[in-house]
Amino acid sequence: MLFSFYKNAVHLHRFLGTDRIRNMRTVFTKLLFAVLLVFSTSSFALETEVSDAPKKDLKTEIKEYIDHHLKDSHDFSLFSYTTDSGEHKYVGFPLPIILWDNGLKVFSSSKFHHGETVAEVDGNHYKLYHSKIYKTDASGTINYDENHHATNSKPIDFSITKSVVMIFITGLLMFLLFGGLAKSYAKNGGIPTGVGRFFEPIVLYIRDDIARPNIGEKKYKRYMPYLLSIFFFIWFLNIFGLTPLGVNVTGNIAITFALALLTFLFTNFTGTKDYWMHIFDPLGDTLPWYGKLFLYPILIPIELLGVVIKPFSLLIRLYANMQAGHIVLMSLIGLMFLFKSWLGSPLSFGLAFAISLIEVLVALLQAYIFTMLSALYFGFAAVEHDHAEAH
Amino acid sequence: MEKLLEEFSLGLFFWQCLLFGLLLFLLWKFAWKPILNAVNDREDGIKDALAAAENAKKEMQNVTADSERLLQEARAEREAMLKEAREIKEKMIADSKEQAKIEGDKMLKQAQATIESEKKAAVADIKSQVANLSVDIAEKVIKEQLSAKDKQLKLVEDMLGDIKLN
Repeated sequence: MLFSFYKNAVHLHRFLGTDRIRNMRTVFTKLLFAVLLVFSTSSFALETEVSDAPKKDLKTEIKEYIDHHLKDSHDFSLFSYTTDSGEHKYVGFPLPIILWDNGLKVFSSSKFHHGETVAEVDGNHYKLYHSKIYKTDASGTINYDENHHATNSKPIDFSITKSVVMIFITGLLMFLLFGGLAKSYAKNGGIPTGVGRFFEPIVLYIRDDIARPNIGEKKYKRYMPYLLSIFFFIWFLNIFGLTPLGVNVTGNIAITFALALLTFLFTNFTGTKDYWMHIFDPLGDTLPWYGKLFLYPILIPIELLGVVIKPFSLLIRLYANMQAGHIVLMSLIGLMFLFKSWLGSPLSFGLAFAISLIEVLVALLQAYIFTMLSALYFGFAAVEHDHAEAH
Repeated sequence: MEKLLEEFSLGLFFWQCLLFGLLLFLLWKFAWKPILNAVNDREDGIKDALAAAENAKKEMQNVTADSERLLQEARAEREAMLKEAREIKEKMIADSKEQAKIEGDKMLKQAQATIESEKKAAVADIKSQVANLSVDIAEKVIKEQLSAKDKQLKLVEDMLGDIKLN
């Protein structure tokens, strides 16, 4: 059932590929193209799982597909399809695998054949299982414990994955975009040109409505580059996650952890004396020393915990929001295949469409919240009181 | 939590830190710094321009007030000058009228005096001429009337007659 639907999508794709230019003028085709964008995501979604377990029921298939999509991938596949003879074809390109397993091992991810075969490098055998690389024997046996977790040893994986490629592309894009904006000022007498006209107000907004009120006029300049960088980095990656490429970078815990860690480090390394006084002497002069003796063993650990919890909430919030958005969106697309009726499928399509519009908003909102809260924490760190009574 | 930890990929974390750190540094150097500086410069420029415009406006107001004042003064001066001129004119007219009147009176009096004296002279002349004429006539009449004897007798008689009557 799924296959037929899926084949239709592929046929549609081919049809559109050849006749697209001619038909592009009509509104109908544009609509069709929009539908196709959703379809191509779903076809891309199906790739490896189909071959693994062709007998699984549709719900499990969709669930596994969503799981797969949410994870990082070792090759950059755009979509895959099944030929009439039942052969899987993948459209995309392999990425380099870099492993540390008693020495550096570098090879192409094409050796895994999308997880279907075992890769042999320097006499070691590796297998891709649930987007992770395990060391196996020559036949690729994966051993499981009682909780169905693989017990094979895992080499340290520094591969250039799909997410790394997207981070690199986003970084390059940002560098070209904002480097260009910076140059356009000099060329055009202080007035931006082109896309800079769109991005300059956002830069100003971050400066005037995020950095200035939260950090304060005196010190905000120091944090501006970081705030601007995380805002656009998260926003662009969120938006890329909504394209049919569907790379869920900001919904990856390693990414959000790295970002939150940077905020944590910036906060604490730029912390003023007053900031540390807030943590280690929160009550200041309001309590005599013998009172503090009893209270501080409780208060100081709480304050210290707060220092960690603040950035931790950042990392979980961004991760959970992007992850949840992708799950909801993919599930609604999956519902189309489950309903298979004239009523249900369009309905879930409409829902999926509405949710994607909301996701566009969420993409911006999450970037804003991350930046805003980072600025707020920097504001705590940069705080300076004129006199001790203010504590 | 266990799922999260399992999902955590050290490699991705490493690449993210490396690439983002690099990106942060490059953007800091080549994008944010020049952008923020340019924006600051522009804002300062706008502020300066606004202040300058405000100053120019004030200056302009001052200049306008000045010129207004000057104009007022000029107008008042003109007014005063005109008034003065008018006064002078009137005074001159009045003066000349006075002068003319005095002159006229003087001339009139002279004329009258002349006429009077002329008249007197003429009357005196007439008087003397009349006297002469009367004497002449009387001489002639007397000569005529006393030319004949009888007439002389008659006259004597008449005169005698008159005396009689008296």
